[in-house]
Amino acid sequence: MKQFLTVLLAAGAMLSASVQSAEIAEIDNVNNGGVASLRGITELDVTRKADAMKRVERDRNPIDRDYVYQPPLIPHQTRHYEMSLNANKCLSCHSWKYAGEMGATKISVTHYQTREGQVLSDVSPRRYFCLQCHVTQADATPLIKNNFRRVESLR
Amino acid sequence: MKLTRRTLIKANAAASAAALAGVTLPAAATNLIASSEETRIKWDKAPCRFCGVGCSVLVGTQDGRVVATQGDPDAPVNKGINCIKGYFLSKIMYGNDRLTTPLLRMRAGKFDKDGDFAPVSWDQAFDIMAEKWKSALKAKGPTSVGMFGSGQWTVMEGYAASKLMKAGFRSNNIDPNARHCMASAVGGFMRTFGIDEPMGCYDDFEHADAFVLWGANMAEMHPILWTRLTDRRLSYPHVRVNVLSTFRHRSFELSDNDIIFTPQTDLAIANFIANYIIENDAVNWEFVNKHTNFKRATTDIGYGLRNEHPLQKQAANPNSGKMHPMTFEEYKASVAEYSADKVSELSGVSKEKLITLAKLYADPNTKVMSLWTMGINQHTRGVWMNSLVYNIHLLVGKISQPGNSPFSLTGQPSACGTAREVGTFSHRLPADLVVTKKEHRDIAEKIWKLPEGTIPAKPGYHAVEQNRRLKDGDINAYWVMCNNNMQAAPNLMEEGLPGYRNPDNFIVCSDPYPTVTAQASDLILPTAMWVEKEGAYGNAERRTQAWYQQVKPVEGAKSDLWQLLEFSKRFSIEDVWPEELIKEMPEYRGKSVYEVLYRNQQVDAFPLSEVQELNDDARDQGFYVQKGLFEEYAAFGRGHGHDLAPYDRYHQVRGLRWPVVDGKETRWRFAEGSDPYVEKGSGFQFYGKPDNKANIIFAPYEQPPESPNEEYDLWLCTGRVLEHWHSGSLTGRVPELYRAVPDALCYIHPEDAIRRNLRRGDEVLIESIRGEVRCRVETRGRDRPPEGLVFVPWFDARVLINKVTLDATDPLSKQTDFKKCAVKISKV
Repeated sequence: MKQFLTVLLAAGAMLSASVQSAEIAEIDNVNNGGVASLRGITELDVTRKADAMKRVERDRNPIDRDYVYQPPLIPHQTRHYEMSLNANKCLSCHSWKYAGEMGATKISVTHYQTREGQVLSDVSPRRYFCLQCHVTQADATPLIKNNFRRVESLR
Repeated sequence: MKLTRRTLIKANAAASAAALAGVTLPAAATNLIASSEETRIKWDKAPCRFCGVGCSVLVGTQDGRVVATQGDPDAPVNKGINCIKGYFLSKIMYGNDRLTTPLLRMRAGKFDKDGDFAPVSWDQAFDIMAEKWKSALKAKGPTSVGMFGSGQWTVMEGYAASKLMKAGFRSNNIDPNARHCMASAVGGFMRTFGIDEPMGCYDDFEHADAFVLWGANMAEMHPILWTRLTDRRLSYPHVRVNVLSTFRHRSFELSDNDIIFTPQTDLAIANFIANYIIENDAVNWEFVNKHTNFKRATTDIGYGLRNEHPLQKQAANPNSGKMHPMTFEEYKASVAEYSADKVSELSGVSKEKLITLAKLYADPNTKVMSLWTMGINQHTRGVWMNSLVYNIHLLVGKISQPGNSPFSLTGQPSACGTAREVGTFSHRLPADLVVTKKEHRDIAEKIWKLPEGTIPAKPGYHAVEQNRRLKDGDINAYWVMCNNNMQAAPNLMEEGLPGYRNPDNFIVCSDPYPTVTAQASDLILPTAMWVEKEGAYGNAERRTQAWYQQVKPVEGAKSDLWQLLEFSKRFSIEDVWPEELIKEMPEYRGKSVYEVLYRNQQVDAFPLSEVQELNDDARDQGFYVQKGLFEEYAAFGRGHGHDLAPYDRYHQVRGLRWPVVDGKETRWRFAEGSDPYVEKGSGFQFYGKPDNKANIIFAPYEQPPESPNEEYDLWLCTGRVLEHWHSGSLTGRVPELYRAVPDALCYIHPEDAIRRNLRRGDEVLIESIRGEVRCRVETRGRDRPPEGLVFVPWFDARVLINKVTLDATDPLSKQTDFKKCAVKISKV
């Protein structure tokens, strides 16, 4: 409840700041009642100013994982990486063959298994598109704090 | 504790010393593997909370909290893999702003539509709700109350809600958000086959020689099925992938045949393929003669807008779904005009690409899987378009066999299981029954032990109509549950927000988190979610999957099911039924709606002794409520082509695909040897239709309701992204997913950007005649629209792109077209 009250207190201050352009709807009683969503406290009929464009950090150390099967996050930019029927740029650093030389995180052994659990001599085709499970991180502060807690041994 | 190499050595030394002395130090003081007791995580299965693929995940819990999730290696759907959203399921319940108390708009200690939200007790919440429902029912009758539900409800929740509305309040004004998502698919199934949901299954991915994505971006929206498709394409070099879309997206990374078409011209492309098959003598005559009929759709049917809208008035046959028989020769003549030349010109696709595509369908030796979702369903001719794809498969007999599969993908985790199979639509009842047919209502009333005439015969208001009726003041008491429709529905400024803020209306929103919908409502109810309760979902391949409650809900939150049942206790049967109806079953006199609907010796037939230790919903009611609801619901479909297994079995297996007959699931419906409902010697039997034949339904290309013009010169297409689920109310609270895609951007062609003096990252104003939003432009991201079209995802509550979209729907399915409207863009 504490947080809710903070929101109520903040509402007054935020309201004046959030009116950034003309309201176009003619609904005269729009009122969020002091509750903030991911939109914040800006009223729904207000044309909200766009947030700043975030940047993906160019290169940083590997990001800690919160649990054992969490896929590693990508600690660098991936712009212009080719990903097609012909080429997979990620594998040119992260494959077992190159990972050591490139100082990159090696892809997991799980990626060498077929659907049926048979281990292959190369990456399984079902794991070909890396970005389905691994994503880059922008330099953005989360909108809402998350209270997930790691197990003791990873804290 | 931060460990360095030095402190680690010290800790080790302490541990060795302690061991010598016979003492045990706490695990944190050592770097050894702690005792098995301390590191033990309890693992249990659950279907993923997000999309319609229906992956199974293993959920790890410790001390009453979820501490880890991982792909379920034993699940046939995903075999150990999840997508990025699935891998972060462990965090979706722990956003800092989880709602923990009901909140009511108040002023001076009383409800006030213009007041600020303040905490109230559950009792106070239900008091004001019951008061508002009762006064609406008294003043205007059952059509003045409404409910907007979800394809993310559990099967039991959807069933309990549908029963409460249709039998309790005697109002058919219940519709799920699946109306925005799957209604056109349902329409297509019913018209072509007479029975809902795909005949094939995911096993088709491992058998097909060619895949055709009709407007679907599976790489982002159905990522785990995309891994199966990718596996097949890369493992078998002869396999070909065709991607049709109005803009380039990630699925094109695997494409052998890229097809970018002008919006709406998919209708013409599908007819061209049918024409090509006929012209090249590739019709499978044996199949067509034995198993199909030819029909013609009624044309010029309008665009599902308000009746007074000029486009509706112009239509010759508004909303008509009537079909007329036709001969093959007439069908042939109808598709003849869709030549390669003409369709190439209309669609902007080269003739070579069109013919390459058509050849795959025409070649009897190529097994083809067609896949689609919102590109075809969110379409003002979505029902037609679904059938046009079936036409192609039926003409060549490529259906109901491994790898030959027209496959309608689903958006939500239980759009099939709950919205469609339970029938939470305004016109439906369980197992494909409809309220408009007396014999169907009779079946429902008999199973529910209710007097004849309880369920109203007139369909209720569908999703978009509900918003219109709220605005017009026809619905006055309204409950939005398990979805964020203020953000999701089209034309927010003209048709969404006005109804919620209409002073005559009382709006209730049940959600785990404060959403945009909550901000627009009058009462917010804190809701337990996913593994905080027991439930079942049904995925896109007819697979029903159940899970147990695995943690206690966040303090103060209650499941949708609890909320529905507790609310029903607030009404006596006299409050909701007229005297004539009560007279039919006088034993119900004086009873509560709860007692009549849920204490009927069926729903309450299973005792607490069968319940897991953790099952709050069952313990609150005093009986195994989930099992009782499931078993009563299953009675609708057993023996009628929708057979479900006994409830307990779903807790032992990784789901089963219905119909489940004699304990065995069905992989390919309508095919002899696979489907137990198909009679011996028939080969195929489309038993949804009385004559066992599927319909090949001709429908022409017709123009969209709104196209770019001189002023509003760009097409706008909206949709999802991989990293966020729907409106982002869960994924936006997971820091890793938020940082992966923090903002909704406007994807635009570089030339269109230059013309407007825009550079990547510039802020723009996007305007339609209905509303405006501001966001930033991206010229080189994952989506690459052609000139003349922009794409903006709808997950971002800070943008709310549905302020701009048009509330035109398919006139038959009432599903909104979120893929096409006209906008202009200018630099801010």
